[in-house]
Amino acid sequence: MKKITLLAMVLLTSALTYAGGYRIALQGQKQLAMGHTGVAVINSSELVFFNPAGLTFLNEKFTVSAGANAVFANISFQNEQYGWYTEDNNGVSTPFNVYAAYKINDWASVGLGVYTPYGSGVEYPTDWEGSHLVNDISLSAVYFQPTVSIRVNEKLSFGGGPILAMGAVNFNRNIDRTTTNLEGERANVTIDDSGITAWGYTLGMMLRPTEKFTIGVNYRSEIDMTAEDGEADFQNIPQGGNMNGMFNNVTFDAELPLPAELTVGASYAINEKWLVAFDYNRAYWNAYEALDVIFSNGEESLNPRNYKNASTYRFGLQYKATQRFTLRGGYYFDESPVRSGYFAPETPRNDSNNFTGGFTFKISERFALDASFLYVHFDEVYESYNFYQENGQNVPFEGTYKNNAFIPGLGITYGF
Amino acid sequence: MKKLLYISIAAAATLTACQPEFNDPVNEQGFYTSGEADFSNFVAVGNSLTAGYADGALYLYGQQNSFPSILASQFSLVGGGEFNQPLVNDNTGGLLANGNQIAENRRVIQVSETGETNPVVLAATPTTDITNVAEGPFNNMGVPGAKSFHLGAPGYGNIANLQAGTANPYFIRMASSPEATVIADAVAQNPTFFSLWIGNNDILGYATSGGVGTNQTGNLDPTTYGSNDITDPNVFAKTYSDLLGALTQNDAKGVVCNIPNVTTIPYFTTVPHNPVPLDQATVNQLNQELIGPLKQILTAFGAGDRVVLLSATAPNPVMIKDENLTNLEAQLNAALIANGIPPQQAALMASLYGQARHATAEDLVTLPTSSLIGTTQEGIPAPFNTVAVTYPLEDANVLTPSEQTEVLTAQTAYNTTIKALADQNGLAFVDVETLMNQLASGGISFDGGTITNTYATGGAFSLDGVHPTARGYAVIANAIIASINETYGAEVPEVNPGAYTTIFVE
Repeated sequence: MKKITLLAMVLLTSALTYAGGYRIALQGQKQLAMGHTGVAVINSSELVFFNPAGLTFLNEKFTVSAGANAVFANISFQNEQYGWYTEDNNGVSTPFNVYAAYKINDWASVGLGVYTPYGSGVEYPTDWEGSHLVNDISLSAVYFQPTVSIRVNEKLSFGGGPILAMGAVNFNRNIDRTTTNLEGERANVTIDDSGITAWGYTLGMMLRPTEKFTIGVNYRSEIDMTAEDGEADFQNIPQGGNMNGMFNNVTFDAELPLPAELTVGASYAINEKWLVAFDYNRAYWNAYEALDVIFSNGEESLNPRNYKNASTYRFGLQYKATQRFTLRGGYYFDESPVRSGYFAPETPRNDSNNFTGGFTFKISERFALDASFLYVHFDEVYESYNFYQENGQNVPFEGTYKNNAFIPGLGITYGF
Repeated sequence: MKKLLYISIAAAATLTACQPEFNDPVNEQGFYTSGEADFSNFVAVGNSLTAGYADGALYLYGQQNSFPSILASQFSLVGGGEFNQPLVNDNTGGLLANGNQIAENRRVIQVSETGETNPVVLAATPTTDITNVAEGPFNNMGVPGAKSFHLGAPGYGNIANLQAGTANPYFIRMASSPEATVIADAVAQNPTFFSLWIGNNDILGYATSGGVGTNQTGNLDPTTYGSNDITDPNVFAKTYSDLLGALTQNDAKGVVCNIPNVTTIPYFTTVPHNPVPLDQATVNQLNQELIGPLKQILTAFGAGDRVVLLSATAPNPVMIKDENLTNLEAQLNAALIANGIPPQQAALMASLYGQARHATAEDLVTLPTSSLIGTTQEGIPAPFNTVAVTYPLEDANVLTPSEQTEVLTAQTAYNTTIKALADQNGLAFVDVETLMNQLASGGISFDGGTITNTYATGGAFSLDGVHPTARGYAVIANAIIASINETYGAEVPEVNPGAYTTIFVE
């Protein structure tokens, strides 16, 4: 177990370095290329994430897939009333995943997955118009999941495993819209914590009524990440406002839920070459009620979020062109969990249309190269966040947002 | 492998460049419109209010949030160009002339260890020396302290005239040459659009000095005026007409602001006429030994209402010297001696109270007076040495009703001129007087609250009690934008006052 923790720590460090992007499902190049369907697709060890029950239906004795995506995400914001225009400074983030599956015998397989299903990285120009809500934020959670898959018979299998989540947060915002020091530099706070751990689980079921038709169900539990005694670094607080050094050496507590997700789906092999898949995700975002930060000096930052549960509808297609070459495509519609009036610029997501494509190129008997591409399209949306308060009254922050993201990915699969 | 790297980098660059574009972007020409106005070269002319002066000083942050600077940033959305300001060196404020400090540093709120808050002059060494003349030309031609007729006065920027008081340190450091005039330096830039807000100091110096200056109404030669005098309204009208003539000579469009009522600014509304709490023992003693006998004698001369008996249960008014009162020193002296007061003490009391009275609600006590009230006057024996209680405040500490009338009469005349000339020239006009009056009657709302004329906490006025905060300037900028939009059929977006600062804590 010690080794496992160590490995997770190493991976966590790299995830931190690369933390960012939207909360976009990027849990495997093959399945991403098919619209991120996969709860009922028996393709590879990516099943560790998509549906652990399916591992036992894989043909290979041992197979491992590893990959990474480069997320180029962009946000444009404007406010017509005041003539504000802001572009984010988002850099490139590269979430990754590693999955391995090993067939112990005819009816049992084990697997291991490390992946990053949640994370957010947004950076606006410092002191931009919405800097009282966020200057920059980086959230990351790495899931570490040992998995068992048991086949009941030729048609039915179950699978699951515990999940160790390791999280980190770094969030900077100005403390309000106007407080500065004498030089006019805005007072701000950075909260920072890492190495936050919590446990959850995943459970899956796969049913194959016929050779060609597969049905899958997968449930991943909610995991609450709780930061305790994290570091809260206040900057540019006027000396006169820092009575008795109350803003020195401050710590914070906060809680962020990583919501549960239920997926049901089916795939159908039309013939030797063609496979279609459909997944339906339900993400239980209503767990995210508020981002409340409690500081050790008695200060509080209460930020209602009031998310709602949201669905995603995924369609995928796979075409085995040749023995070496497999082509994939897909589309999904991603419902935003953000309610109107709660549209905070740290996660300015409205509904999105997502287009995917990709291929696998078999280099040798054992090695294959997986490539994917995802384009996330958001319509522009006029929205506001109404729950920032000054003098006891709500001060809405509103404007038009337009986002997009371009996400190429590469992976490698090894198996025998 | 290297090739692959280059391709990857090129691909990455392409992807990051894919910033989503709005259907109707605010930062592209055409979203907003300039109407009949041309904002390509905006020049602002005026005094401290145009310069961005606040908290008793001209400092960097104030300049960056001056109303012309706020306007220029909005104009940039409708074809406005660069806006160059004569920025000072630091956020200390204060000026040096050859290393000697000649203007005070900015005021800030100081918090004591026990949590008391006090406005203080920032203790720091200023670094802006007026002998380092800044390189212009400057779109912001606001010169703190300038009166209307100063804008056209040659030598106003000549350091040789500083000692004599006919030059202005702020203009010395920004004038194109020692003999240049403010208006000539402004006009030389061929402005396509201008703002003119001038005339405040033509009454303000008189008001803030408690009316110790001279009302020069009737004197048409401004070169004979002192700094605390009221400018003759005809001089103002002629000057204002000339200034507009110069600014509009290339058919430039512009906006003018009228003069707010100075009696509603915190400088005059913060210290009440009756701020003096007294305990019962003191009240008994003073009423018996001083106020009672004084009132009795004054009553005999028909002036008994000059003083009121003191109270321990209600705050007491300050005692002031009022030059408009008949001087009863001789009568007082004789009566006191007749009452058996020793001659030396009778002479002192007669000189102190011969022209003194208690203040009434109609008197306006100036802001700096608050630090004097209750202090001990040196060289005067007790109990006659408590400033504002038994030792009358000077005329300079109070703007009396008759002085207020003089100020308001001149202000009304100036504003009549400004409005008439604005209409005559087809310029946008901003009624800052009405706007500022709102601060005194309920305040002006913004998305995070309301700003009022309350000192320090009201949010509209900076710690000098005269000049607006950045938020106050933003509100003024919005009024200017509204007037420009209406007059010229433009669509310039307003700013959000809630995003602008108020006062600063050290």
